[in-house]
Amino acid sequence: MSSMIATRDAYGEILAELGAENENIVVLDADLSGSTKTAGFAKSFPKRFFNMGIAEANMIGTAAGLAAAGKIPFASTFAIFAVGRAWEQVRQSVAYPRANVKIVATHSGVTVGEDGGSHQSVEDIAIMRAVPNMTVIVPADGIETKLAIRAAAAYNGPVYVRLGRNKVPTIFDENYRFVIGKGVQLRAGTDLTFIGTGLMTAQALAAAEKLSEAGISARVIHLSTIKPIDEEIIVAAARETGAIVTAEEHSVVGGLGGAVAEVLCDRFPAPLKRVGLNDRFGTSGKADELLKYFGLMPDDLVEAAKEVLQRK
Amino acid sequence: MKARIEELKEKARSLRIDIVRTLHHSKSGHTGGSLSVIDMLTVLYYYKMNHDPKNPKWAGRDRLVLSKGHAAPAQYVALADCGYFPKEDLKMLRQLGGHLQGHPDSKGTPGIEVCTGSLGQGLSMAVGMALGLRLDSSSSRVYAVLGDGELQEGQIWEATMAASHYKLDNLCILIDANGLQIDGEVAKIMGVEPVADKFSSFGCHVVEIDGHDLQAIIKALDDAESIKGQPVAIVARTVKGKGVSFFENKASYHGVTPSDEELPKALECLGESCNGGEK
Repeated sequence: MSSMIATRDAYGEILAELGAENENIVVLDADLSGSTKTAGFAKSFPKRFFNMGIAEANMIGTAAGLAAAGKIPFASTFAIFAVGRAWEQVRQSVAYPRANVKIVATHSGVTVGEDGGSHQSVEDIAIMRAVPNMTVIVPADGIETKLAIRAAAAYNGPVYVRLGRNKVPTIFDENYRFVIGKGVQLRAGTDLTFIGTGLMTAQALAAAEKLSEAGISARVIHLSTIKPIDEEIIVAAARETGAIVTAEEHSVVGGLGGAVAEVLCDRFPAPLKRVGLNDRFGTSGKADELLKYFGLMPDDLVEAAKEVLQRK
Repeated sequence: MKARIEELKEKARSLRIDIVRTLHHSKSGHTGGSLSVIDMLTVLYYYKMNHDPKNPKWAGRDRLVLSKGHAAPAQYVALADCGYFPKEDLKMLRQLGGHLQGHPDSKGTPGIEVCTGSLGQGLSMAVGMALGLRLDSSSSRVYAVLGDGELQEGQIWEATMAASHYKLDNLCILIDANGLQIDGEVAKIMGVEPVADKFSSFGCHVVEIDGHDLQAIIKALDDAESIKGQPVAIVARTVKGKGVSFFENKASYHGVTPSDEELPKALECLGESCNGGEK
């Protein structure tokens, strides 16, 4: 396996780089700067870092005010708090005025691990995706995280970036060109298509490899931007492979699976199997145990593929 | 100064007339809280704030955040009168196709800095603006206008804590304490007193004034500029519906507009006859 890096670590690194390049970049955190990795920026640029304490609603509102004053604020905390606790502030103070605020949330999904279901955000993609003006990005690895954060800083408007706690395999190389709103095909295939986001894309690649051993040709698409969604790459996959399996470390309600289902229903109905958390909360455990427990392993995707193929 | 105060009094009176006429026309909007806050907005827009209606985004401007966004009509009539947009636009308040939304919307209305109206959120944005302006070594000041019912929102206290923590002496909080909210008296719904003590204990320099005494408002705002190292909170005691006797101190006029029958009486209270001429 290639190198492993947590997307939050990549975030910390790129934030410090961007801070040196652009003095309008400011960073806010809610007492989790060691965990979200904004602490590096804080050390390098103390005047442009604001720890807002354990008060996420005010952090998001303050970020909106900084944007109104011409700054490019990055506001970070765990996904459950950025999206849950501060949802209405995100809606009213950030998205509604189309404020240039970047909400970069770490510790998303069940791989938060031991902290348990209270801290495992499994509905944040759905919630953020429903808010007008919001762009939603779920990078797969450290390389893509850096490119996505750089793109978010260059984009004028609200962006939600969903990052994770644990090390994940690097699937992109330095030649990768990230574009907001564009999906990318990582593996060619003709029998069905896996569409993954975040760390689940690596699982989909492993599943496709297993399927090829059984003579099944699976295409793999990575959709890091959930909104605006790349309709064309989804429609092409449905037309050319005839069946889709989505894979996300998130509830199957309203996230990547929901978004893909909407595109398919509107444009090119095809059999779809959504793999994710089946409308349930997370629980305490080790991250790798939880991926198994919730059916988010390559073998689970292989089973989903076989099921959806029967519906072709 | 005395002549200046008389001028401001006359301005406040004419803006009250604009509020009443605008809300009568729109048949929807918040009358009581617009009339209680207008004296403070008059002093801010016509005396205190550096701003340029012809260049709403002028970097050197002072910023006003109307956190009690339901009093938007008060801000709109002042902005229109200052020349941010034509007075004619007031007829489109709350109407489809107009830019004057039910609550302030920075996307469409010149002179509106941020979107407010969901109570409790404006002060946080004012804190962010004050932090941003300080980073730029700007001498601009930020004024955040809150309601007293709004103080029931926890976010207000998060924001006040932050304003104090970051020693935002370029931020001035004005509380339009009219004592009423939609369901009735603030003291009966969910008491917020002692308001002055609360802001003081959260690290603000606090002054308490009569929010309809223009001289007191002027003095409080002038004095606020000399306070260093902490934000200022001006607790302005006001009367909901101020200026129209039968609206005054009635929670029922929170979100009710003047009817056809009430309009002439309301204008009479404000020293104006219904056909628009001076009485």
